[in-house]
Amino acid sequence: MKSNGGRHQGKLASNIMHFGRALRQAGLPIGTGQVIDAVEAATHTGLRSREDLYWALHGLFVSRPEQRMIFEQGFHLFWRRPELLERLRHIDLSSIYLPQNTESSKAGSRRLGEAMAIAHVVMDQKQPDKVDNQGGASYREVLGKRDFDKMGVDEIAEAKRVIKNMPLPVAERPTRRYKLNRRGVVIDAQASIRASLRGGGDIMQLRFRRRRWRPSTVVMICDISGSMSRYSRLLLHFAHALANHRAQVHAFVFGTRLTNITRYLRQSDPDVALENALEAVDDWSGGTRIGASLHCFNHEWSRRILGEGATIVLITDGLERDVGIKLSTEMERLQKSCRRLIWLNPLLRYAGFEAKSYGVRAMLPHVDDFRPAHNLESIASLSHVLSEGSPAVPPK
Amino acid sequence: MTLPLPANIDECITLLRKGNYVGDRSLATTLFLSLKMGRPVFLEGEAGVGKTEIANVVANVLDRSLIRLQCYEGLDVASAVYEWNYQRQMIEIRLTESHGSVAQEELEENIFSEKFLIKRPLLRSLEPDTRGPPVLLIDELDRSDEPFEAYLLELLGNFQITIPEFGTVRADEPPIVIITSNRTREIHDALKRRCFYFWLDYPDAARERDILALKAPELSDGLSAQVVAFVHEVRKKDLFKKPGIAETIDWAKSLHTLDRLELDRESIESTIGILLKYQDDIALIKGSELGNILSSIGAERKISPSADS
Repeated sequence: MKSNGGRHQGKLASNIMHFGRALRQAGLPIGTGQVIDAVEAATHTGLRSREDLYWALHGLFVSRPEQRMIFEQGFHLFWRRPELLERLRHIDLSSIYLPQNTESSKAGSRRLGEAMAIAHVVMDQKQPDKVDNQGGASYREVLGKRDFDKMGVDEIAEAKRVIKNMPLPVAERPTRRYKLNRRGVVIDAQASIRASLRGGGDIMQLRFRRRRWRPSTVVMICDISGSMSRYSRLLLHFAHALANHRAQVHAFVFGTRLTNITRYLRQSDPDVALENALEAVDDWSGGTRIGASLHCFNHEWSRRILGEGATIVLITDGLERDVGIKLSTEMERLQKSCRRLIWLNPLLRYAGFEAKSYGVRAMLPHVDDFRPAHNLESIASLSHVLSEGSPAVPPK
Repeated sequence: MTLPLPANIDECITLLRKGNYVGDRSLATTLFLSLKMGRPVFLEGEAGVGKTEIANVVANVLDRSLIRLQCYEGLDVASAVYEWNYQRQMIEIRLTESHGSVAQEELEENIFSEKFLIKRPLLRSLEPDTRGPPVLLIDELDRSDEPFEAYLLELLGNFQITIPEFGTVRADEPPIVIITSNRTREIHDALKRRCFYFWLDYPDAARERDILALKAPELSDGLSAQVVAFVHEVRKKDLFKKPGIAETIDWAKSLHTLDRLELDRESIESTIGILLKYQDDIALIKGSELGNILSSIGAERKISPSADS
């Protein structure tokens, strides 16, 4: 009896371990500690009911609502047909649950191939036009004014270097936390008492504290649909530089759907980071649906990441292809949920730009700042604008 | 006499029912395991689905004290754990001075003793209680910030707090910890991994009718069914903030106070502000949607009288 029970328990533990591993391959972060706890939990709930086992493992293996679906599929697949166990251990489960993975990775590399092809074509065409790299201030000045659309491959590489090394002054905002600081104005009572005791309480030593300041949140929402493809790449490099310079940057891209690429930007090499990001984006139909994407942002992300005093930088040419969602309503809500909404539009490179298209007319009234985004100068002025507009300057 | 914790899932279901909480077996399983294995339970879900209520129920039915810590941004050790009553300490220093000089160690021992210590929720939860370890409710953890999360992670690991001048306070029996979050911010994985996770969804129609029957028993069955049907139709729409269970109960009670026997356009329009809290949502529902929703739930209602006859 005892050996039977022991063997049975051993089998259960091994099953749960394999289940945990399968889920880990499907993308759920499950550590060894959780597997051990799961085995203990299973012994408490007993094994008579599959439903009880389900919820016992669910509580330990799932940590976000998005993971519930994967867990459910995995559980029913894993615990229904035992003979699948053997086979499953060797298959990569992520290929079962996320069938569009292969497509998007192909599409991602296709897009990169396109981008490379464009760059090659540009280089071939623009050879005679290329600016002589004499180095020095005059070259930098000319490069600064050069439109991204017209850059050759070398110039793009140079522009990337410039963006990486751009000074990025940081706008800060006060928080509700204090820390000890000699030049503070508010007395820190606890520290003062502690310090005074050293002298037996005779001499009152005052300690001061001051608010902590932290960089305010910047959210970049970038249009990567067909019409914007030439500009979005370099602007995303700017987003990467910003993200690696300061902590609170969130980045989103959209074409017909919105995707959050913030965590890909944490990679230190910008090209690799953007490659990973573009591979994860499942949005290659080429259309532009600004309204729908902003609707998604407003409903799902704005309350989670905006916090106080956030600045949103929206990068799009405003050529909306979809008339379903009311673009002006979404822009209004976007503007009302942040401190400042900056719109970067590459179409402003044309001197005689007038708001004629439906999209631009719907969006323009709800924007705090409307700026061009077609060359390095415009990016430099953007970074300058981002450093302003904080409520007060932190004391030195 | 400490009431015992539930010994299996069925007893846990009984516990919830005793506390007038309508929950299903999945919640009972998670709660049972967290009580049995001594780990916190992490309840996540939209605002108003009944997360905080679970803590109240557990505390009531098991007859334990409920210690509540409401989180907000900037919550620090002084508000969450302990603070020295420095005004009294300074007065004490002056008094001892006026009575003649005293050795420094003696003064320090006196100043940093328990009578000058203000105990905040996290410290109080570690103290012994005659009724058994208390229920510690850490409410809306997503409203606090990362430094507090890091501190909490350490606390939940070993249930002891070190106060430099005082010593280490350890819990003989760790409290029952329930953490809630509205998911306006992602809580760090390290903290979630220490807990049993459960996502509370909006209830289905049958369960919400049961909840209304418990919380608003004065309502007629017919009106109750209509209210639930209406709220479920509203939740299907694309709203900025879907109404929670608390809103359903409030709305039902307000309709009863206004002596309404059934839902009609006029009563809905005048009380919609109890159900929906955003102007855009109200505008969406008050418009043509209202007619659609009413007819779809009215259609359900019309079927049942013919079934009777």
